[in-house]
Amino acid sequence: MSPILDISDLSVVYRTPGGDVRAVEQVNLTLSAGEVVGLCGESGSGKSTLAYGATRLLRPPALVTSGSVLYSGRRITSGGDPVDLLAMDHRELRATRWREIAIVFQSAMNALNPVLRVQDQLLDAVRAHLRMPRNEARDKAATLLDLVGIPRNRLRAYPHELSGGMRQRVMIAMALAADPEVVIMDEPTTALDVVVQRDILAQIVELKETLGFAIMFITHDLSLLLELADKIAVMYAGRLLETGAAQDFMRAPAHPYTRGLLNSFPSLHGSRRELTGIPGSPPDLRDPPPGCPFVPRCGYAVPACTAVDMTLEPVAGANGLVAAGAVPGGPAGHLTACPIVTPEVSQEGVLS
Amino acid sequence: MSEPIFSGVPASNLPDGDAPVAESAAPAVNADADQVGEPAVVESVAAARGPLAMEAVGLGKDFHLGRGAVLHAVRNVSFGLYQGAVVALVGESGSGKSTVAKLLAGQERPTHGSITLHGKPVNLHGGHAFRQYKSQVQYVFQDPFSSLNPVHTVAYHLIRPVKLHQPGVKNVKEAVTALLEQVRLTPAGQFAPKYPHELSGGQRQRVSFARALAAQPTVLLADEPVSMLDVSIRLEMLNLLDDLRTRLALALLYITHDIASARYFADEVLVMYGGQIVERGPAEDVTQRPAHPYTQLLIASAPDPDNLGSSLKSANVGQGGAVAGKAGNVGPASAGCPFSNRCPLAVDKCRRDNPALQLLAPARAAACWRLDVAASTQ
Repeated sequence: MSPILDISDLSVVYRTPGGDVRAVEQVNLTLSAGEVVGLCGESGSGKSTLAYGATRLLRPPALVTSGSVLYSGRRITSGGDPVDLLAMDHRELRATRWREIAIVFQSAMNALNPVLRVQDQLLDAVRAHLRMPRNEARDKAATLLDLVGIPRNRLRAYPHELSGGMRQRVMIAMALAADPEVVIMDEPTTALDVVVQRDILAQIVELKETLGFAIMFITHDLSLLLELADKIAVMYAGRLLETGAAQDFMRAPAHPYTRGLLNSFPSLHGSRRELTGIPGSPPDLRDPPPGCPFVPRCGYAVPACTAVDMTLEPVAGANGLVAAGAVPGGPAGHLTACPIVTPEVSQEGVLS
Repeated sequence: MSEPIFSGVPASNLPDGDAPVAESAAPAVNADADQVGEPAVVESVAAARGPLAMEAVGLGKDFHLGRGAVLHAVRNVSFGLYQGAVVALVGESGSGKSTVAKLLAGQERPTHGSITLHGKPVNLHGGHAFRQYKSQVQYVFQDPFSSLNPVHTVAYHLIRPVKLHQPGVKNVKEAVTALLEQVRLTPAGQFAPKYPHELSGGQRQRVSFARALAAQPTVLLADEPVSMLDVSIRLEMLNLLDDLRTRLALALLYITHDIASARYFADEVLVMYGGQIVERGPAEDVTQRPAHPYTQLLIASAPDPDNLGSSLKSANVGQGGAVAGKAGNVGPASAGCPFSNRCPLAVDKCRRDNPALQLLAPARAAACWRLDVAASTQ
């Protein structure tokens, strides 16, 4: 399947008086129709910047310095060549935003306007992007609430009258207002407790199945992605360190950082054992270390690591062979930027 | 912060779903009925770690919402904190777990019940008694980004409590250095002059730990101390807390909504729902053989990497969502068992009578009328 969103070689910097902060560095990532791609990384790793940079939502001092973002939604290209979001003019961008690519913003607690009723905020989104008469738009807003399982009589509620989970649902409803093909979800469940979180994730999956959009799911919780995502990309200090199917991550996590993450959450099953997390903190992106940015925290690092060019290469399987389909840039391959992941090492890290 | 501070009424407890907001008849917001039966007296596994430091007996807190409405935020909660032991309080937002911590910290006065510290009843009248109490019982806040003052240095945050709570200390600077070393912010000289914005989330939370330790407390109340931190550093923080409570023999109350971390870290787990303890027991027992339907839901909802291609993958969405589907839309039930309106096993008795804790084993109890059925669904 050809990707619906193809981010290639994207770099974003923040211009500061102290020098450029290289927040996203030559990232390649693809999203196919109907797929859930999970983007995982700790705060400051550039995961949100990547998503907002690719959708042209960043303002100075952020600057996209290289790359292309090819979008091949059916309404825009009608089967023709993909269009580059980074090369669009203002009018084209307006037509793309929300109708093609919508976003569920981080922290629903603050993303809704506290002095406007839910209805007015939904209407805003609908009327800005769909140009329909007011009464039709009102019906549409009610239908959207139905979609996410909120009773229609809550249309006149203010955000503070809704629980955290319901506010998050309103945000999701709003993102679905114009029937987009790609929905970017930026930490949609981070502030919620586990029961509500699961409930909302189940709803997202259900909506995805019925409406058929693709999801880029941004989170810092890798354990969540293992359950939810088809494909996972792990980001660290502006770079992708590893991409692959969720099964690959479970079966044979390749990069030492990924393994550290997998060892960072206590499990509800199996023996209670001492876990370590990942000591240290990420590097300063104004002056990133040469080679792999994880070297200072890595337990496996060798001198050659400081000279790696950080391109993603296929991971060798247990037999030392590269799995079929795992070509650089390929859709389903298990790729990593770590050069020292030999079959022996990758076997060591397999979780029971 | 997820919970508004103005009244202690968590957002998820507000009438949601079909219920119109604030009906004129002003009913109680959550269960009004008293518990049926005497709550069981449970032996705590945490007692094996050390002597009793703090005890809450029949603790209750009502918030008056105006127009005669009362929110029973905490009801009939009894438990003990022991030196060198970790007791985890687990529950969703709005379950009353933070209110319990605030009652213990003396920030709120209990409506019912009593608190004893080292065998003496706590009576917080007068500034001196309160200050003494505060130097014994310290609180660590959830959000290290807002609990430190952005215009003051790390040193300032530590010098004040040292001067307040350890008036005999001659060399304050030395004490600050020792504190920073205790939470492994080394070299201490480098961190002391820094401002909060120059620190990462984990480092900031270490400063809050150090600030709490500056009072040389015996009881530490940690209210979701790691939930705002990145996954990769949460473990380090928990391990640090674990180390501190062993070395300093702290009695630690660990509040969390992440039951997996409670299993990792705590001796005893108390599960709260709707202001009540619905299940308690040794951490391993509660997480491996949950007795109460709510605990079972909590454990089923936790993200589980072993659960690859699980209920979240398209095929099974329906069934997993059946119970959880109502979450976030409904608060605790207004009569009977607080969980009865979400519980798949609820019968008429559950909607009528609120069960008290029943003993399952000497150190294990759950409050449910249908424990036999719940046990067989596991």
